[in-house]
Amino acid sequence: MANRGAIARRIVRACDGLGLETVAVYSEADRDAPHLAEATQSLPLPGVRAEESYLNREALMAALKTSGADALHPGYGFLAENADFAEQVAETGVAFIGPSPKWIRAMGDKAAARGLLADKGFPVLQASAALDDREAALEAAERVGYPVMLKAVGGGGGIGMRVCANPDELTAGFGQTQLMAERAFSDARLYVELLLDRPRHIEVQLLGDGQGNALHVYERECSIQRRHQKLVEESPAPRIDRETLIEMCDAAERVVAELGYDNVGTLETLLSSAGRFGFLEMNTRIQVEHGVTEAVTGLDLVQTQINLSQGEPLPKRPALVGHAMEARVYAEDSQRMVPSTGRLTVFRPPNMFGVRVETGYQEGQLVTPYYDALLAKIIGVGDTREQAIGRVLVGLKGFMVKGVNTNIALLQRVLQDDEFIAGTLDTGFIDRLLDKSTKEAKRGAN
Amino acid sequence: MARIEVESEIAGSVWKVVVQVGDSVEVGDVLIILESMKMEIPVESPSAGTVAEILVAPEDAVEEDQVLAVLN
Repeated sequence: MANRGAIARRIVRACDGLGLETVAVYSEADRDAPHLAEATQSLPLPGVRAEESYLNREALMAALKTSGADALHPGYGFLAENADFAEQVAETGVAFIGPSPKWIRAMGDKAAARGLLADKGFPVLQASAALDDREAALEAAERVGYPVMLKAVGGGGGIGMRVCANPDELTAGFGQTQLMAERAFSDARLYVELLLDRPRHIEVQLLGDGQGNALHVYERECSIQRRHQKLVEESPAPRIDRETLIEMCDAAERVVAELGYDNVGTLETLLSSAGRFGFLEMNTRIQVEHGVTEAVTGLDLVQTQINLSQGEPLPKRPALVGHAMEARVYAEDSQRMVPSTGRLTVFRPPNMFGVRVETGYQEGQLVTPYYDALLAKIIGVGDTREQAIGRVLVGLKGFMVKGVNTNIALLQRVLQDDEFIAGTLDTGFIDRLLDKSTKEAKRGAN
Repeated sequence: MARIEVESEIAGSVWKVVVQVGDSVEVGDVLIILESMKMEIPVESPSAGTVAEILVAPEDAVEEDQVLAVLN
């Protein structure tokens, strides 16, 4: 398992269920992580920073050899979508549990991926090709129409993105965005994309066998985002008629089958307020929010990934039953919008009916600045959306954390907001919620 | 003119130093960009003035409340 945290523990559980042994790796900052004791074996990686440890291909290849493992699960983040690493692993005769390097590479180039999907007849958002410089960006933005989103060709996870309402903002922001793209993805190329008015972010969970067969396991609604990082996800998506959604899921399944795509993938779309879908990007890994789909389908997606990598056939499509909702608990100061580090002097995740918890932390552990801020995922499952919301709220209330600041209060506000409860969601929801509370605070102060 | 110490709000590391000693800055200008938990955190100038000292360099680890720069 070339990963850490919640996904490393999740992979251990999936393997335990299949009777497979597991090998954990850990940086010097993760010596106290709970997944080390849960894995069959654990091997140290050098250093604390991601570049020295979980992104260190040489150290990971050495650990792979030492352990004698015959498969590698990359989890999400780190090297999960690095085609060169996937190739390197496969060349040593070890199975890489994920899509083939070919698909990681094809979908990693966001502009090329859009072309690929468009060729297959899937609707795509209006966007430019890769741009070399500011002048090209300004020209492209005129064609696409303002406002535009300036994005890194090799990007993802909200890094290397900037909203530009007019040519001045594009001119001002181009250099900085290019720098971030270069630094984060070793690829300075940018492109511009039409920015939709109050769009919803809806994604399709897909599986493929690489032989021309594919299966969608429905959609996830992920519009509740802050700085393009997801905060709350759910399935099914509320307030869209089922027919429209299934049509979109079927279209995604057909494309993936025709491509001959393998293992798991998530096709992200934006749904405009006019009710039209547009392809955003395809993620070639298991997603952070995979548990939402598992909860409504009963399908173990990580085990399915492992089975598919062993050449087993696709499962049958399960029925979508009930409703699931995930809240991501981050170590952050939600007011100042900065991450929060420290020792977890108290860390007691909820343990209650209808609430699933995924976390890579335990009490006493240090939350360091070296990795992402996700502390835990709280997944509420119920017969109805209302029940799922209620269970997430009960779970959040029962989650005791001391030693770092968390966004639990913000999540509670989201889940209790009238607009959210009504299911009228779009990607601007969090900004509006925060505006609302700033105004209320000012009124209170006056 | 008063000496103003600019402190880090977080633990993390220095990604980029945006200003140089001698630069004049306005309130809200980005002085330094820190990195923590895979996020870039800009350190903004708390007041108008001149950059008198920069006490960190790229890749330095910083602690919460550590003084990063001094303004005059």
